[in-house]
Amino acid sequence: MMKPDMHLDSKKPTFFPKHQEALYKSLEDKHATVELDKSDPLATRMILNMGPQHPATHGVLRVLMELDGEIITKCRLDTGYLHRGIEKMAENKTYQEFMPYTDRMDYLSPYSNNVALCLAVERLASVDVPEKATYIRMICSELARISSHLLWLGTMIMDAGAISFFIWTFREREKIYDIFDEVAGHRFTVSHSRIGGVNNDLSPAAINKIKKFVQEFPAELASWHKLLDKNRIFIDRNEGVGSIGHEDAIDIGLAGPSLRATGIAYDVRTFDPYMFYADMDFEVPTRTEGDNLARYYCRMEEMAESVRIIEQCFDKMPEKGPIRLDNAKKSYPSKDEVYYSMEGLIHDFMMTDTGVCPPEGAEAYHAIEAPKGELGFYIQSDGTGHPWRLKIKSPSFSNLQGLETVLDGEMVADTVVIIGGLDPVMGDSDK
Amino acid sequence: MERISKETLLEKIKNEFDDKVIEVLDDGSYPLVLLKKEAIHSFCLYLKDKLNFIYLNDIFGTDRFTSEERFEVVYHLLSLRHRLRLFVKVRIEENDTELPTVTDIWKSANWNEREVYDMFGITFKGHPDLRRIFMPEDFEYYPLRKEFPLLGIPGSLELPNTTPEHD
Repeated sequence: MMKPDMHLDSKKPTFFPKHQEALYKSLEDKHATVELDKSDPLATRMILNMGPQHPATHGVLRVLMELDGEIITKCRLDTGYLHRGIEKMAENKTYQEFMPYTDRMDYLSPYSNNVALCLAVERLASVDVPEKATYIRMICSELARISSHLLWLGTMIMDAGAISFFIWTFREREKIYDIFDEVAGHRFTVSHSRIGGVNNDLSPAAINKIKKFVQEFPAELASWHKLLDKNRIFIDRNEGVGSIGHEDAIDIGLAGPSLRATGIAYDVRTFDPYMFYADMDFEVPTRTEGDNLARYYCRMEEMAESVRIIEQCFDKMPEKGPIRLDNAKKSYPSKDEVYYSMEGLIHDFMMTDTGVCPPEGAEAYHAIEAPKGELGFYIQSDGTGHPWRLKIKSPSFSNLQGLETVLDGEMVADTVVIIGGLDPVMGDSDK
Repeated sequence: MERISKETLLEKIKNEFDDKVIEVLDDGSYPLVLLKKEAIHSFCLYLKDKLNFIYLNDIFGTDRFTSEERFEVVYHLLSLRHRLRLFVKVRIEENDTELPTVTDIWKSANWNEREVYDMFGITFKGHPDLRRIFMPEDFEYYPLRKEFPLLGIPGSLELPNTTPEHD
């Protein structure tokens, strides 16, 4: 028999006791209007705590579920285990100094995060970016999208039970890491973008590697489609699992592919085009089912569209041209100037010490379509080289909020597949 | 229904909430409406019902330390039909940090309001589940307020006991 406070009595939390009690209490309060069946002779009702160290939660997510047999009647998420306070750190760093921290937010697509921050600062301080730098940013952001979706694909299918698939997607990710190594000098946390441009031009070797990857990847993608699209086990695990309608999805604020899988074609690249996305010819894949299988199709098609965008970028990218703004008050001078002229050295020092100073009282918002949804930076300036307030609108935060609703009424065995399908990254959500 | 432009939107807002709107800023990128605190709930309801701002993207706070009205709460709204982004801002006093919740208008306001509460200590009247979201409930400070030191406050968070207990 389930007494209202049974789990509180049986579990006497010792660590952060107030926090634990509030969380369990909140689970009880959820859907307070539903009358619970008090007679439960088989004791099928229980509270299950999953995480924060569960490997299938993709990080440090803690899910608290009330189960009726195998059905989740209600659930609560406990986040914040990876909260590092990077918005506070941002207030004490110059804009450029803060950029490596953005690598560690959504650590599966660092390049997109760098670009999002740079675009926001550039809008705030009215910095123009050379054409070639923008194309480099677009190419690398799309590569980051493919890389992030590859990790999602591997882990989601591993959550659904197929281990070997993970190795195949990681083989492709490895190629993208090699490309980033060649482009930026780092495999993982790239920090390649700069305010006013990018750090260095694409080397011929990097261009060859990207072109080779873009050429070979569609065949790989097709073979995965062949394996999965008609796979009985895969379809059974995903079809109708974690469904949400488009009205609910809007109301609960889902972002990115999870929102597009419900039929809402909201993509920042077409809604509010930035960089040169307005000139590109690409589709925004949508589905109407809103379940895990629809999310799978959306992301798979997005990878194919990314390949198309990269190809178009190479067609349109100028052969030669500056890769960073030639204005030492707003952007780092080139290394040639720094090493061989006094002014260059002084400017380099000033950029590192003070950096860009947007006008006092200026506020700007810039969003990009990161692999997981809309990633935006809202910056308020007080006229110094440090932001007064920098707010990150992260897509994983929105998606995790939706997870609380999506999980209601699902089977407990599907939890890991649904988390995998929504693809949250805790570094992004917890900031 | 016809798609409305940014200018029409601001015109409509000015006509409907003439005495409540303090300032409308439109610097070329996105419009921002500075609103009186008491009107926020009715204004949000109007935006959702009449102007199709059905998607709440974000809510966040700002500490304007040493300024007259210390805290600012910004609502970031999207209208998918009109392809418009709108920022609505209210300012509140340091000693009266309460706002009406908008969770009854957009369900997604839930976590965002919890984040504002966690970081700035601004409470939302009528919120169904106002707990801290990132920091544990046992934490007593509001970390994004400007007086909170960057290094944190020593001893404010209990750390796990890593040494085994001996008898």
